[in-house]
Amino acid sequence: MTMQRRSFLKLMGAGAGLGAASLMTGCAGLGMEGPTGGRRVVVVGGGYGGTIAAKYIRMMDKSIEVVLVERNDHFVSCPFSNLYIGGLMKDLSALTINYDKLAANHGIKFVQAEVTGVDAGAKLVRTSRGDIRYDRLVLSPGIDFRAEEIKGYDLASTPELMPHAWKAGPQTVLLRKQLEAMPAGGSVVMSIPLAPFRCPPGPYERASMIAMYLKQHKPKSKIVILDGNPDIVSKKGLFLKGWKKHYEGIIDYRPAKKVTEIDAGKKTVLIEGLEDVRGDVVNLIPPQRAGAIAVAAGVVGPDKNWCPVNPTTFESTLKKDIHVIGDACIAGAMPKSGYSANSEAKTCATNIVNAMNGREIVDMSGINTCYSYLSAKEAVSVTGVYRVNKEKNVIEAAPGSVAVSPDLSELEAIYAESWLKNILTEMST
Amino acid sequence: MKISQIKWALSAAALALSASAFAAPPTPAMISNACAGCHGTNGASAGPSMPSLAGHNKESIVVAMKKFKSGERPGTVMGRLAKGYSDADFAAMADFFSKQKFHATGQSLDSAKVARGKSLEEESCSRCHMEGGKEGKDDSPIMASQWLPYLQIQMGQYLNGQRKMPEKMAEKVKPLSKEDLDALLHFYASVK
Ligand SMILES: Cc1cc2nc3c(=O)[nH]c(=O)nc-3n(C[C@H](O)[C@H](O)[C@H](O)COP(=O)(O)OP(=O)(O)OC[C@H]3O[C@@H](n4cnc5c(N)ncnc54)[C@H](O)[C@@H]3O)c2cc1C
Repeated sequence: MTMQRRSFLKLMGAGAGLGAASLMTGCAGLGMEGPTGGRRVVVVGGGYGGTIAAKYIRMMDKSIEVVLVERNDHFVSCPFSNLYIGGLMKDLSALTINYDKLAANHGIKFVQAEVTGVDAGAKLVRTSRGDIRYDRLVLSPGIDFRAEEIKGYDLASTPELMPHAWKAGPQTVLLRKQLEAMPAGGSVVMSIPLAPFRCPPGPYERASMIAMYLKQHKPKSKIVILDGNPDIVSKKGLFLKGWKKHYEGIIDYRPAKKVTEIDAGKKTVLIEGLEDVRGDVVNLIPPQRAGAIAVAAGVVGPDKNWCPVNPTTFESTLKKDIHVIGDACIAGAMPKSGYSANSEAKTCATNIVNAMNGREIVDMSGINTCYSYLSAKEAVSVTGVYRVNKEKNVIEAAPGSVAVSPDLSELEAIYAESWLKNILTEMST
Repeated sequence: MKISQIKWALSAAALALSASAFAAPPTPAMISNACAGCHGTNGASAGPSMPSLAGHNKESIVVAMKKFKSGERPGTVMGRLAKGYSDADFAAMADFFSKQKFHATGQSLDSAKVARGKSLEEESCSRCHMEGGKEGKDDSPIMASQWLPYLQIQMGQYLNGQRKMPEKMAEKVKPLSKEDLDALLHFYASVK
């Protein structure tokens, strides 16, 4: 660091440091509303991003207090949930983790609570169990739905009739139950929103797994894919190859079919006011935005959907000391995947620790590897290595690293299982 | 202001402003932590088809990555990912993982096969895979405690010619039966 920059930063820092100490708080449920001692990071969301951010901060610096706030006492992985839907797993136990070991092994304070608001000025997180003061806040809340873009969609009641299963758990179970209950010769309708959405290849993997289920258990049934996008968004050639090999006549793929209205009771979706499609089962995946708490915290950008961040620190460009990782943030070329969230969390954690210790900020070096199953035994993958382009200040893929599998592969299905095991172990121990 | 406060204020501002333009290049830890999504935290793998990287010698990691990158070693995602890294990055990964503590896996293994492997290992493999596979000569990887399915996949690729055996290894493997080889893999998987 040059002298000139040092003194400039010092001035900025002196200004920024004022005013943090004199705040009143209401609820005292958790006893964490008072002054922090200057080294507390609060992480919101115990999923793919949040668990890793919390863990790596503690692994790198035990003098930093980490509070992980999550609404549930367990987490169900979206990755591999399509396999459950396709009937390849008997329950969700292999996809479920809890927070006991993670908290104990690393001295993370786990708080099960709903985060209801963020007061960025007072550096306070409001939760269903009381306020928590932070020095830095990490938001990894995943996604919520833009229900307002589909006429007739009610956030509370529609998913009970037309499951999205785009957050794993009860929704995943419901979709499988509906498939089991449908008549042979029936039809499944799946609606895919315009990109960007959580997990670009996810819907096409889902369609493959549903088709596999229909082929085995519901003869003469079909799945109609209504894709809001002009074409298959990810791994196109491989999905088409797999569908031709295994599901000819079962998958009816229709591009550029954006669902704009629904009648949940009649299990009917309407495309741009023109065309009605009815299904015995309707898997409606609505358009998405950053989790609601990111909107409440004021870190969603001008597109009103996703959170712009500094590509090195993942600090919001809109609110100081609030970092956003995972699906909720705009991470340049990185896709919205669990693996990306994992890499983003580590980069963010590293630089929070660096910043809190007056050390230099370090650029990211991230990875995405995302597997999709095409059949019970075959999977394909997409890979990428990600770095910051210093001139443009955005995350870009390292040349040559973004590529898909040459073909469907049984070996990749075996590796995918170990990927799941490793990443969930990382998140839970 | 105390030193620590100054540091804190300084860094808070640094983070707020820091365009990546000010940031240092990725450290070995930054580069290597990204691998943990598949290879486990600090390279200690929990997935039976994925190797642990913790405690490998540097050369074995650098050589493996270069071979993945050139295509000489078959891979699924590794060949593609390796293209995103430079030789300096490979050296950084090697530096990081070589410093991590050896990872002992808990696997249930057929004890008769383990015993048979143990009786063969000294004569057949120990010149390069030393100390029961806990150390490797030159670019020989750590075999001890690797997951059996991982070892079996690799041996399979050697035997069907997808992966090229080093000359010395080929000589030693030639007289061994498939059962002998499998017993040897069982032995290495069992070493803690
Ligand atoms: C069907 C499907 C398949 C997928 N397959 C893959 C795959 O194979 N590989 C891959 O890499 N990715 C895959 N993904 C994508 C992956 O699931 C996401 O990218 C990943 O979960 C993003 O992590 P996150 O931390 O942003 O959000 P999440 O993992 O969803 O975590 C968010 C957490 O925050 C909590 N939360 C949110 N708001 C609050 C609040 N206000 N208060 C308290 N807690 C809150 C939630 O309860 C949740 O636990 C798939 C996704 C889907 C839907």
